[in-house]
Amino acid sequence: MKEKTSFMKRPGAQTFIASVICALLGIVLGFFILLAMNPAHAFEGMYDILKNFFKYSNSSTTMMYYFGSTLVKSVPLILCAEAILFAYKAGLFNIGAAGQYTVGLMASLYTAIALGWNWFFCVLAAIAAGALWGFFAGFLKSKFNVNEVIAGIMLNWIALYLTNIVLGGEKVMNQSKSETYNLLSVNKGALLPEFLKEVFGNNQYMTIAIPITIIVALLIQFVLNKTTFGYELKATGHNKDAAKYAGMNAQRNIILTLVISGAIAGMAASMYYLTGIEHYKIASSVPGMGFNGIAVAFLGGLNPIGAILAGFFVEYITLGGQYLNTTYFNPQVADLMVAIIIYLCGFVLFLKHVMNKVGKTKVVSAATNANAEEKEAK
Amino acid sequence: MLLLVQYTLIFSAVLILVALGGMFSERSGIINLGLEGIMVFGAMAGAMVMVLLPTDASKVTVIVLSLIAAAVAGMISSLLIAVACINFKADQTLIGTAVNMLATAAATVIIKGFNTARSNGSDFSAKLDYARGHDAFMFSIGKLSLSWFIVVAIVLLICATVFFYKTKAALRLRACGEHPQAADSVGINVYAMRYMGVLMSGFLGGLGGIIYIAAANSTWHFDYGVAGAGFLALAVMIFGQWKPERIAGAAVLFAVFRSLSNVYMGIDFLHALPISGTVYNMFPYIVSLIVLALTSKNSRAPKAEGIPYDKGAR
Repeated sequence: MKEKTSFMKRPGAQTFIASVICALLGIVLGFFILLAMNPAHAFEGMYDILKNFFKYSNSSTTMMYYFGSTLVKSVPLILCAEAILFAYKAGLFNIGAAGQYTVGLMASLYTAIALGWNWFFCVLAAIAAGALWGFFAGFLKSKFNVNEVIAGIMLNWIALYLTNIVLGGEKVMNQSKSETYNLLSVNKGALLPEFLKEVFGNNQYMTIAIPITIIVALLIQFVLNKTTFGYELKATGHNKDAAKYAGMNAQRNIILTLVISGAIAGMAASMYYLTGIEHYKIASSVPGMGFNGIAVAFLGGLNPIGAILAGFFVEYITLGGQYLNTTYFNPQVADLMVAIIIYLCGFVLFLKHVMNKVGKTKVVSAATNANAEEKEAK
Repeated sequence: MLLLVQYTLIFSAVLILVALGGMFSERSGIINLGLEGIMVFGAMAGAMVMVLLPTDASKVTVIVLSLIAAAVAGMISSLLIAVACINFKADQTLIGTAVNMLATAAATVIIKGFNTARSNGSDFSAKLDYARGHDAFMFSIGKLSLSWFIVVAIVLLICATVFFYKTKAALRLRACGEHPQAADSVGINVYAMRYMGVLMSGFLGGLGGIIYIAAANSTWHFDYGVAGAGFLALAVMIFGQWKPERIAGAAVLFAVFRSLSNVYMGIDFLHALPISGTVYNMFPYIVSLIVLALTSKNSRAPKAEGIPYDKGAR
């Protein structure tokens, strides 16, 4: 009994349970939406979303192929989430990750297609572009006191239009198809090296992006928990003034945090577009990847490892929308489900509070027991 | 040039209303990043009413009913924010972002379902065509064709300014955004005041949404949401220092730059410049960043905004 309460009291366990509750509630609400749209086929629709690529379970190669695709598509989402949670630990809400992702996309595709660079340098270019975009937000925040959320949003739109100009030219964009050229035919060297392709049913999009994502997550975990810099960041996030009085350079930390966060978001784009799985089309709204990253970061309990699980889960549901029978439903229902799950994430604090309340009575009794034991020992 | 004036007036109307909405919410202590989403809900409801009304409905009916629908939808969607942030003390930035995502996804699903049902399964698009509704709002003074929306916005601006400076309720609302504990100690119900602030932002944001899509266009693709207008309004609000009369001025300034991207083709000397149209799209955002950089140093946001009110805290 005592061990159980201590498990429930552990913040990590509580966050995990709260996130799972959010995800489950989101799925249930999603089911109600399906029910409202088409009562007769709602159950079937939900089953299709959740069954996902297991639909192909009779052929393991096909199933592994689609499993691989889900992994490839969750990579940018997870990395964006890492970028956001890193900044969030320092008390900065990096909504500008969407724009940093967009300039990363621009830099990696421009260097790959127009300049014909090798993949390694394309990734570096994307990282540099994202970092620069993060720097703008950090600079405005620390020197001019501009709220990073507003600055980030403005920079997102500037990034989008800039990307449309740069990638819209004849060098990069196939004007007849109005999308960027296929990397495989234009510059093979820019494609990321393959990784475990055979295991995943010869999915040619399986690249080193996947292990890199995991390494980045572990690295962030390490920096946040084991280094002085990480400690300073968290201290600044908890109480800006206290950190300042303790002699930490708040201005420098703000800029540095957003630069790193931007670099990760920029890299996220290169890790996705340099697999060649998708081509860029002129867009009229900022790519949603950065915004969905916010969702994933919170669903993962603001933990770098949790973000990996959450990112995979969100992508699983989003892609699940494509398995829906389109005569009854439209695939955006899955997006709606994801949005509901994120909204519910706001209630995590409340859920934890409830868990603590439930746990409290037990803890008190456990504590009195412990006291009694101590007295006996004396 | 006339076109520029027209567009400026329309965008000013949108930005004024939505920024005022944001102002009331933030003055009560709740950061409302979900304005974009509220606009989408308002726009969707208003446009649906315009489509659904019978062809022989009088102009007044169309105007009144679509405005009411937009405002009510805005208020209902703002409850999503109010309940989570006031009662459950959720992170306000997260909830705002979630509402934005929710709104675009929900609007796409609802409008697609709506179109499919109305066309018996031949139309799957997320596009609404409400040319009739759009026309109902138009009237012209000389050569300048105007929309009743602008009149609505001006009337509401005056009402909001008077309310903000001259009433007891607004004073209490502002107190809750500065120091809720102090407000509570003199018997003001902080939760009720914050609900009022958020609901007002829903009302104004919903109206802003329908104006944004219906004043200059007669069709709208709902998978795009409202393309960042809600966020632009937030910048207007900060530039306007959380004060109604300054917000009005800021909105007009932003609207001029926003309109340039729509009408630069018609202005000879701008059209002659070797700049692509996309650059004009960037203009309002670049200008707002510069303006924010210059004004934010002394900007004083409501002191308690973003902090959930906890009765027990000291």
